[in-house]
Amino acid sequence: MILVQEFDAIIVGAGGAGLYAALEASTTARTAVVSKLYPQRSHTGAAQGGIGAALGNVEEDSPEWHAFDTVKGGDYLVDQQAARILAEDAVRAVYDLENRGLPFSRLPDGKIAQRRFGGHTHHFGEGPVHRSCYAADRTGHMILQTLYQQCVKNDVQFFDEYQVVDLLLEGTTVRGVVLFELKTGELHVFRAKAVLFATGGTGRMFKITSNAISNTGDGPAILARAGIPMEDMEFYQFHPTGILGMGILITEGVRGEGGILKNSKGEHFMETYAPTMLDLAPRDMVSRAIMTEVLAGRGIRGDRKIDDYVWLDASHLGRDVVEQKIPDIADFCRTYLGVDPAEKPMPVQPTAHYAMGGIPTDVDGRVDTGKVVYEGLYAAGEAACVSVHGANRLGTNSLVDLIVYGRRAGRHIAEYVKNASSPAAGEADADRAREQLQRLRNRKGGRHVGPIMERMQEVMMEKVGVYREQKEMEAAAADVRKLREEFQEVAVQDHGAGFNSEVLQIMELENLLDLSLITAESAANRTESRGAHSRKDFPERDDETWLRHTMATLKGDQVVIDYKPVDVSIWEPKPRTY
Amino acid sequence: MNVTLAIKRFNPETDSEPRIQNYTVEVQPTDRILDALINITQNQDGTLGYRRSCAHGVCGSDAMRINGKEKLACKTLFQDLVDQNPETGNAAAAPATIEIEPLRHMAVQKDLMVDQGPFFAKFRAVKPYFVPAAATPERGEYIQSPEERELFDEATKCINCAACYSACPILDKNPDFIGPQAIVNAARFIFDSRDAGLEPRLDVLDTKDGVWPCESHFECTRVCPRDIKITKLINFTKREIKKYRAARGEETAEQK
Repeated sequence: MILVQEFDAIIVGAGGAGLYAALEASTTARTAVVSKLYPQRSHTGAAQGGIGAALGNVEEDSPEWHAFDTVKGGDYLVDQQAARILAEDAVRAVYDLENRGLPFSRLPDGKIAQRRFGGHTHHFGEGPVHRSCYAADRTGHMILQTLYQQCVKNDVQFFDEYQVVDLLLEGTTVRGVVLFELKTGELHVFRAKAVLFATGGTGRMFKITSNAISNTGDGPAILARAGIPMEDMEFYQFHPTGILGMGILITEGVRGEGGILKNSKGEHFMETYAPTMLDLAPRDMVSRAIMTEVLAGRGIRGDRKIDDYVWLDASHLGRDVVEQKIPDIADFCRTYLGVDPAEKPMPVQPTAHYAMGGIPTDVDGRVDTGKVVYEGLYAAGEAACVSVHGANRLGTNSLVDLIVYGRRAGRHIAEYVKNASSPAAGEADADRAREQLQRLRNRKGGRHVGPIMERMQEVMMEKVGVYREQKEMEAAAADVRKLREEFQEVAVQDHGAGFNSEVLQIMELENLLDLSLITAESAANRTESRGAHSRKDFPERDDETWLRHTMATLKGDQVVIDYKPVDVSIWEPKPRTY
Repeated sequence: MNVTLAIKRFNPETDSEPRIQNYTVEVQPTDRILDALINITQNQDGTLGYRRSCAHGVCGSDAMRINGKEKLACKTLFQDLVDQNPETGNAAAAPATIEIEPLRHMAVQKDLMVDQGPFFAKFRAVKPYFVPAAATPERGEYIQSPEERELFDEATKCINCAACYSACPILDKNPDFIGPQAIVNAARFIFDSRDAGLEPRLDVLDTKDGVWPCESHFECTRVCPRDIKITKLINFTKREIKKYRAARGEETAEQK
């Protein structure tokens, strides 16, 4: 049975961007929030260190400096007017969150506390600035909680554990989505004038990642299969400090509070790589510095293998700072490593963390490929690419992005649905999804998802990681193509209808495979090094050829690449030093 | 080392009652219980049902009963449960069996998945959102001292995993009790200097199924994976209600 319902707006994903958009959209539009998770389980809740905004509570600061840092941090692939909006609106957004009850940590004068963070500077790069507004080391948790609480207060309608499986378009106008309900195994057609995808990250395409198991890029993959190009997918951020072997994030806030990275000789090696910003250089640079140390045999094991590690030392900060400012980090280290960071250094290695690329949007969240704007179709948060992060995102700017652009998309939707006409969509629109499900369920004795998932994660980690080169990226794309073929033989073992999470996992693997292919092909195509895309065979940035966004369209097992110009209307690209 | 997970399974579509199924998995002592569950579903038996997401103890999806105690599967390592023989690398007492069951006080949907609908309904009932005590500042933040902020810090750690709700012995005898997590989330606002506090939440908390059924068994505090001193917060909340009623010459629902 296919169930059909009608709304003005559908928000897919209930993390920071989705919830903020829902709060805004639901002021005028009949809005449904659908999420594959229960409320408050979304990965926004795992963000730790803070949200950047030039409040100037500790020292002089300005949104202009924040915007400049964002552009420079993104290695000039950032659309500069979008970065200006981000930095200016960040101040209002942080006050708005506080005014809605968000419990920020406080300064002695009672104002919101701020700390230093990587790549955030005063006077256009002169030195680090206290810009990250934080709530201990669980800022994302507080944002997610506060926004969900506000949704409860405002009676926003939620559909928990509904997985999006298809997008309905009429030409370039949205008509709705097809959803898979976990509880019953039924398909639903939700008809709507506007649909926002805020499905979060794609980190599970890599072996070592800070991302939740649920971060499988569902939104971008579904749009890619609908023929919409993905922007700048080659730019994937490896956060320098993940817990060894597990990838669990250790916030940059540890370094913001004075923690330092050390190699096997006890050397404070960031002095060599970033003499001014040291350990607070942007993440791409710190991750490369760690890999360079490791490959030179100065990792802690010293075997020059890419899974060797370095120390992150916070033991000199004292127990009070550790317990007050980074209590959750201390808890993770004690739980998973048996290490007390107030006494001993933490073993860390780069961990796949954040997709700078994603669904291309304009500054109102509308899906905009540079050639066509899709009517009623929106994206926000990590799933989207505005682009405010360019080739490398600065710490804290992910939360700023959610709040600023989630809200802007929600406001645009609230206006848009007033004049948009109701689309037609019915049971037949679920045919494609139903046939796919049926095929999966009818297949006998096929493969498990596990080996395909593991292989994909290993290939992407080894060949499309911190350092890249042509042959390896091409090999990765070829491997992923093979895995996509093997995927066609995956069968479900669970033939039950209700709470069949195996079906969900298979859909998630398909999404990751498609995005892995786009990522590997986009990366192999860009013959320069910029931000997080760092090539051994093309070590220099090449503005002449490559100061442009990649637009990659999935066609069967091919990826067709086109480009979109970068907005450089404020600051002229310059070499990037810290 | 090899361990056996004895998992309590129930699928209402096919089972008339719960059954125990044993799975043998090879694990490292530092592996999480969740790692083994994932291994089972991805390589052995795709029909096993459980929830998970962040895999490091912040999203609250994978609370379950492990050897009879509520824990997060992603924050519990095998070395916390099984003694390893340092010479052989195997479990010291073979075969090492770990019992895994769904949370209590919520209906089982399938295997380790329970219906958290009623649990979240109780949460929503306490108005778990900011009710400002004063008008919104024209520009900037409400001013709050670090000491005022510290007063409600513990309550902000809650991830709504329902471990406390499962462990609470009061819910055995009174299923209508609002439960520890809802009170923690009320306390989050009651002790926030910016919030209108107790008054908007009294009609839920000061009732026979509100805070009063709690008998301070401390089971919630023992199992909380976020180390929130839940029983203490419940008692603070009771005290606030008594103070509030006494100041107005009224009786609490407990005294009535």
